[in-house]
Amino acid sequence: MSASSSLRSFGTALRTLLVLTVILGILYPAAILLVGRAMPAAADGSLISDHGTVVGSSLIGQDFTGDTWFHPRPSAGKYDALNSGASNLAPTSTDLAKQISDLRAQVAKTENVDPAAVPADALTASASGLDPDISPEYARLQSARVAAARHLPEETVARLVRKHTEQPLLGFIGTPTVNVLELNLALEHAAGNEG
Amino acid sequence: MAALIPGILQILLVFAALAISYRPLGDYMARVFTTTSHWRAERAIYRLGGINPDAEQGWRSYLRSLLWFTLVSLLLLYLIVRTQAFLPFSGGHTGLTPDQAWNTAVSFVTNTNWQSYSGEAAVGVTVQAVGLAVQNFLSAAVGLAVAVALFRGLARTGTAQLGNFWTDLVRGSVRILLPLSTVFAIVLLAGGVIQNLADPVTVHTLGGAVQHIPGGTVASQEAIKNLGTNGGGYFNANAAHPFENPSAWTNLLQVYLMLLIPVALTRTFGVMIGSKKHGYAILSAMGILYIGSLVGVVASELVNASGALHAAGAALEGKELRFGVIGSDLFAVSTTMTSTGATDAAHSSFTPLGGGLLVLNMVLGEISPGGVGSGMYGMLMIAILSVFIAGLMVGRTPEYLGKKIGPSQMKLASLAILVMPATVLIGTAIAFSLPSVRASLSTTGPHGLTELLYAFVSAANNNGSAFAGLSANTPVLNVMLGLVMLIGRFLPIILVLALASSFAEQRRVPDTAGTLPTHRPLFIGVMAGVALLVSALTFLPALALGPIAEALG
Repeated sequence: MSASSSLRSFGTALRTLLVLTVILGILYPAAILLVGRAMPAAADGSLISDHGTVVGSSLIGQDFTGDTWFHPRPSAGKYDALNSGASNLAPTSTDLAKQISDLRAQVAKTENVDPAAVPADALTASASGLDPDISPEYARLQSARVAAARHLPEETVARLVRKHTEQPLLGFIGTPTVNVLELNLALEHAAGNEG
Repeated sequence: MAALIPGILQILLVFAALAISYRPLGDYMARVFTTTSHWRAERAIYRLGGINPDAEQGWRSYLRSLLWFTLVSLLLLYLIVRTQAFLPFSGGHTGLTPDQAWNTAVSFVTNTNWQSYSGEAAVGVTVQAVGLAVQNFLSAAVGLAVAVALFRGLARTGTAQLGNFWTDLVRGSVRILLPLSTVFAIVLLAGGVIQNLADPVTVHTLGGAVQHIPGGTVASQEAIKNLGTNGGGYFNANAAHPFENPSAWTNLLQVYLMLLIPVALTRTFGVMIGSKKHGYAILSAMGILYIGSLVGVVASELVNASGALHAAGAALEGKELRFGVIGSDLFAVSTTMTSTGATDAAHSSFTPLGGGLLVLNMVLGEISPGGVGSGMYGMLMIAILSVFIAGLMVGRTPEYLGKKIGPSQMKLASLAILVMPATVLIGTAIAFSLPSVRASLSTTGPHGLTELLYAFVSAANNNGSAFAGLSANTPVLNVMLGLVMLIGRFLPIILVLALASSFAEQRRVPDTAGTLPTHRPLFIGVMAGVALLVSALTFLPALALGPIAEALG
C-alpha cells in the first residue's frame, strides 16, 4: 500500500468518525436531553422534597441510624452516592460469614427479636451500595422499635409500612419492597400530625 | 422457593418479547444490508467522509478500511480521555493516566467496555457521551459489519467481493442502532433513568447526613450500552446503580436489549443466505447453551446457598432487592452469554458454582447468542468445526451451505476459535508470574486465581464484566489487558473476513443424498456439544484450579 493511499484511508476514516461522532455523541444525547425536559422528575433523578427542600432521591438509598428511623440494608459504600459499589466478598469468605452472623446478632438485639427472624436483606450489602429498598419482613421487624421511640401507636407505624409496601408489577416482576426514605418521610409527617 | 414461579414468569416474558421481535427485526436488518438505495442523511455522511458507498470491496480492502477506522477511533478516544481536564462539562475531572487511557480506549473500541476507571469518580459527561458512548455504537456496528460480510461470503458464489465496509458501518449505526437506542432511551428515561447535565446535587438527608446525588447523560448511554452488547456502566456499580436501572421492569428490559440484536441476527443470516432453517438451527444451538447455563446458575443460587450466604439465609450479598435473586441471575447469564459485561449484581459474590458458570459462559467464546455480530460469526466458526467433525465421523466431504470446507477453510476457522483460549491462558500465566500482578489480587488460593482468570477471559472475549476484587488499575494490568482485548477482537475478525472471501470465491456444491443436513436437531446438538467440548478441553485445567476447587473446598 502506497503512502498516498494510506493517507487517503486515514482521511476517510477520520472524517467519517467525526461526522458519526457529531450524530451519535452530540445530537443523540442532546435529543434525549430534550425529551427529558418533558419529564423532568424522572430525568433529574426522582428527587423528593420536604417543605420545599430536597431531601434526597427516591431511587437512592440513604443511611439511617438510631431508634427513631427505619434502617436500610448494609452498604459497602456507606450510602455515598458518588461511590457506588458492592462488598465483592466471596461467599466462601470467612470474613463475610462472620460479618453476617455478627450483624444477625446485632439486628436481633436492636429489634429485640429472635436472631432466626432477621431476613437476609438486613444482613447483606447490595450491589450498588445505594439500594433504596428493604423487604416488607425487615420493615415489619423494625416497626415496634420505631413506634416505641417515636411514641406512636404501633398500629400507625404498621399502617405506614403497609402503605409503602410496593408489590411486584403484574404480580411477578420483581420482589415486594419498601422504600426506606419514603417510609421515613411519611413517619416524620405522621409524628408531626400526632404531636 | 416462593421466588421460583415469579422468576420463571420473568424469564418467559423476556423470551416472549424476543420471539415477537425476532422476525420483524431480523428481516429489517437483512433489508438494511442488502438494499441498494441510500437515505438522504447517509448520502450526506458519505459525501463528508469521501466515501463511494456503492464500491464493492474484496476482503483485504474491507479489512483495511475496518482497521483504519479502528486505529483512528483509538487515537481520538485516547485523546479525549487524556485531555478531559480541558473539555467542557467535565465536572472537574482530570485526564486519565496514559496506561489507563490506553486501556479505556482499547476497551471501548473493541466492544469490551472493561472499566479500569470508576465511572462517577473519573469521567464527566463529555467523555461519557462524546467519547465512550460513540464507540458503544461504532464498535457494535463494526461487529455487525463483519458478521454481514461473512453472510455475504456464504451467500455469494464466484466473486471476491464482500460488500462495502463504510456502507455497512454507516447503515448499522444510522438505520439499526440509532433508532432502537432512541426509542429505548426514552422508555428507560420514563422508568427513572436520569438524563441531565447537572453537577451532583447536594442534599441534607432526613437522617442528618450530607449526600451528593450525581447527574449525567445516563439514559442515552444505557440504551446503547445494552443494545450494542457493550456493557460499560455510567457509574461504578453499573446496572446495579438505581440511576441506571431503577426497577425490576427496567432490569428485564435491559436483559431484552442485550439479547435483541444477537438473537434477531440469526434471522438476518437465514434471510441473507436464503435458508431460514439454518438461521433457526444456529439460534437453537445458542438457545440450548443459554438455557442450560441459566438453569444451572438459578439452581445453584437458590439451592446451593453455602458458606456466608447460608448464614444470611439467601444469596442476596451483592444483589439489589428490587431485582431479586432470579432477576439478578437472568441478567448475569445474559451479560456473560452476550459480550455485554454490564452487571446488575456483584459476580464475585455469586455462589461458587454460579460464579463458575458465569466464567464458563464467557469461555464458550460468547456465542450464545454472543455480542452484536461477534456472537454470530463465532457461532458460525463452531458450525464449520462441527461440519468437519461430523463429516469425519460419517466419512463425508464436509460442506456447509453448499460451500466446501477444505484444509484452508478449516485452518482459518480453527485459528479463529483458538485465538481466545490461547490469549487467555498464556496471558493469565504471564500475569501470574509477575509479583506486581499477584499483589493486585484480593485474596490467595482458588478465588484469587478465579479473579485473574476472569479478567483475562473477560478481556479476550471482549465482555468487560469484572469479577471485582482484583485491583485492575495498575500500569502492568492496564497495558496487558489492553493488548489481550485487541488480540481477542481483531485476530478473529481478520480470520473471519479471509474465510468469508474463500467462501465467496467458491461455486456452490449442489445438495446430494450424501450431503450432511446442517439444520436438523441432530446437527444442532452437535454444534452445542462441539462448543462445550472446545471450551472444556481448553479451559478445564484452569477452571479446576479456580472456581471448581473453590466450589468443592
